[in-house]
Amino acid sequence: MDMKVQKAKLGLKEKYRLMTRDLGWTPSYQPHEKLYPYAAYEGIVIHDWDKWEDPFRLTMDAYWKYQAEKDRKFYAIIDAHAQNNGHLNITDARYLSALKIFLQAISPGEYCAHKGFARAGREFPGVGTQVACQMQSIDELRHAQTQIHALSSYNRYYDGFHAFIQMRDRMWYNSVPRSFFDDAMTGGPFEFMVAIGFSFEYVLTNLLFVPFMSGAAYNGDMATVTFGFSAQSDEARHMTLGLECIKFILEQDPANLPIVQRWLDKWFWRGLRLLSLVGTMMDYMLPKRVMSWAEAWEIYAEDNGSALFKDLARYGIRPPKGWKDAAKARDHISHQFMLAFYQWSFGTAFHGWIPSEADLDWLSSKYPETFDRHYRPRWDYFKKLADAGTQFRNVGLAKLCQCCQMPCVFTEPDDPTLLCHRERVIDGHRYHFCSDHCREIVEHEPEKYVQAWMPMNQLFQGTSGGGGIENWMRWVNLVDGKDNGDFVGSRDQRNFAAWRGMATSNNGT
Amino acid sequence: MQIDLRTVTIEPQRHAYDHLEQRFGAKPASRYQEASYDIQAVENLHYRPTWDPEQQLYDPDLSRVRMRDWYAIKDPRQFYYSSYTLTRARQQDTAEANFAFVESRGLSALMPGELTAQVLALLMPLRHAAWGANQNNTLICGYGFGTTFTQPCMFQAMDQLGIAQYLSRLGLLLGDPESLGAGKRAWMVDATWQPLRHYTEDTMALRDPVEVFVAQNLVLDGLLYPLVYEHLVDDVLSARGASCVAMLTQFMSEWGSETRKWIDAVTKTLAAESADNRAALCDWIDRWLPRAALAVLPIVAIVLGDQAQSAVEDQMTDFAGRLGKAGVTR
Repeated sequence: MDMKVQKAKLGLKEKYRLMTRDLGWTPSYQPHEKLYPYAAYEGIVIHDWDKWEDPFRLTMDAYWKYQAEKDRKFYAIIDAHAQNNGHLNITDARYLSALKIFLQAISPGEYCAHKGFARAGREFPGVGTQVACQMQSIDELRHAQTQIHALSSYNRYYDGFHAFIQMRDRMWYNSVPRSFFDDAMTGGPFEFMVAIGFSFEYVLTNLLFVPFMSGAAYNGDMATVTFGFSAQSDEARHMTLGLECIKFILEQDPANLPIVQRWLDKWFWRGLRLLSLVGTMMDYMLPKRVMSWAEAWEIYAEDNGSALFKDLARYGIRPPKGWKDAAKARDHISHQFMLAFYQWSFGTAFHGWIPSEADLDWLSSKYPETFDRHYRPRWDYFKKLADAGTQFRNVGLAKLCQCCQMPCVFTEPDDPTLLCHRERVIDGHRYHFCSDHCREIVEHEPEKYVQAWMPMNQLFQGTSGGGGIENWMRWVNLVDGKDNGDFVGSRDQRNFAAWRGMATSNNGT
Repeated sequence: MQIDLRTVTIEPQRHAYDHLEQRFGAKPASRYQEASYDIQAVENLHYRPTWDPEQQLYDPDLSRVRMRDWYAIKDPRQFYYSSYTLTRARQQDTAEANFAFVESRGLSALMPGELTAQVLALLMPLRHAAWGANQNNTLICGYGFGTTFTQPCMFQAMDQLGIAQYLSRLGLLLGDPESLGAGKRAWMVDATWQPLRHYTEDTMALRDPVEVFVAQNLVLDGLLYPLVYEHLVDDVLSARGASCVAMLTQFMSEWGSETRKWIDAVTKTLAAESADNRAALCDWIDRWLPRAALAVLPIVAIVLGDQAQSAVEDQMTDFAGRLGKAGVTR
């Protein structure tokens, strides 16, 4: 006896609707704006949340299953890496500087994204959007945690990793990513979505992940490759969400266009400044290089980005204001930034160095228009000083841009021999900027940016550990002579060479 | 005889990240510790939120409860992303097998129609209650302070979404899309469900993350889950012939008892901190518990009729025992 009645099959879309947006309801015991208090103040008008197209139809049962499979693989590899001294397989200990920057600057950003998407996942009044944001929130937590776990075994053997928590809040160059994410999270839910969901995840994340993870693979770093690959399928979902969100906002009301355009202008530029850290890493810190920053920029930003903005043109969106200046800066920023890091390497929790002749030749070939003319002579000069035992040290403190918090080391878009510097007096105080675009961002919301915590200003005011470099080092947990300074002669260099010798020969066992 | 394969032995320079050595001493840290402690920014926050300039970006003062160290709170399950996901994936395997078992044998069709109707009347509106709980836990994660407090709330939010989805599947298996529609109408207009919807909407208007935790996780779910899933479904309805429904809600029963251990541990730590905290917890319980009891009563009555009152009272007694063990007393 078969009592089963054949039921009409539900379509996938209808089924997913029942699993998500049908769960919500229109409140009647509380006013709508009491439950969603931050949904309107940014000026974005949404007429119908039901018009939201779900970018991916993932229910929790499938989510747990897929993610668990990925995590099982990830942790199996990390365990093996730790057990077998996988750190000795990297090409050279110089490579560790890139990992140190990643852990100090990027992993805390993943956590900010987790927190920010949790807030967005509560504040948006549409269930479909909320569910997508919540999934991204928990994914971002995953990314922060897998990174901390993967780099934990490096921390046991090498310097510069141990205090990433304290340095996240206190180290001067980490105020670049911190202020970036703080800025996005202190914006409303829509700005956060355009900043992180679209500008960062969709427009720029490939620039971060693809070169970084390829760099790790090229340099024998299995642990990093693993978290990169493992995160990639999450990233694909996040990119889809970012794109869907911006289209949704633009389709809802024409009044949204100027607001969204301004956010795109702002967040493209802020993202570019943040990623110049990555450019520096790609051009200088990978012993074995995948491609230059300029090449990556061409593929992942210029080519992909042009296609994207062509696609968005039908909504009235134009490429971000800083687009052309970004292209002009492409052949300069990594060199300008690495030269700065080298001068200030006493105050960084990673090592700097003068590139070898072979590395300089590589840079000349990748940057034929700029390197030999503007930057190689400076490296040659630094090398001469170092060889003479009078290594160049800049003991002055960097003047930071009030917006992006980078030292003002970048040049005029049309004159690479002239430092770019802008300033503006707000309420009797003089503020400095690295570019027109950063100044414009601040001019639009001066009351926000005057609040920024500026590490160099604080150091001068004696608030960072009580004044003086030694107190400052103690305050940021920087171990002088170990975490900082030149790679040549560092403990990391010595240890790596000795341990690798033990692993590959019969010496020292 | 044990044979150790030999690898190159290298002396580590340190055992763990600084912040973990400071908390737990110079020894290797667990993955839970690495994943959870101190990973939220705490100082030198750059800007005040434009959505509420009175607040800080991460603001412990959003709650009336005060902690010298929010990381005193911990999750006895030691859930971080991976351990959480692996645990739920295993439970999902079981749930999938249960659904397949019930479906392939047509067990749900063997239930008398009246019983099926009762099950649907009880469970379908709870999809929306679970969504409310998802919203509330997402808020706690977003605005609560300290990762050991907030990350389990994100897990809880995703679990509640999962529960709403299991209930939806159950409704489609026992009935059809219209069963879900009828449940939603009941949630919106039937007198039976209005106290619970009212309660849910009122908690969604709260902004103190710990009060939300108390009103939703401790109080409401502290009554609702044991009553609905452990008592009504697993005992009463099973005995009446709906044991296949208990298979379909096995996740919820197990999940209820698992999460109570965490909720109790959090409550206990909050209460142990200070008399002021205990007073805050007691005020909130005074505010929400009577309402929660009134809200679950008509729901329990769907199955128990006149005996609902005593079932709720029994549950209140159990709940008072939990509070006592957690040290929530004036």
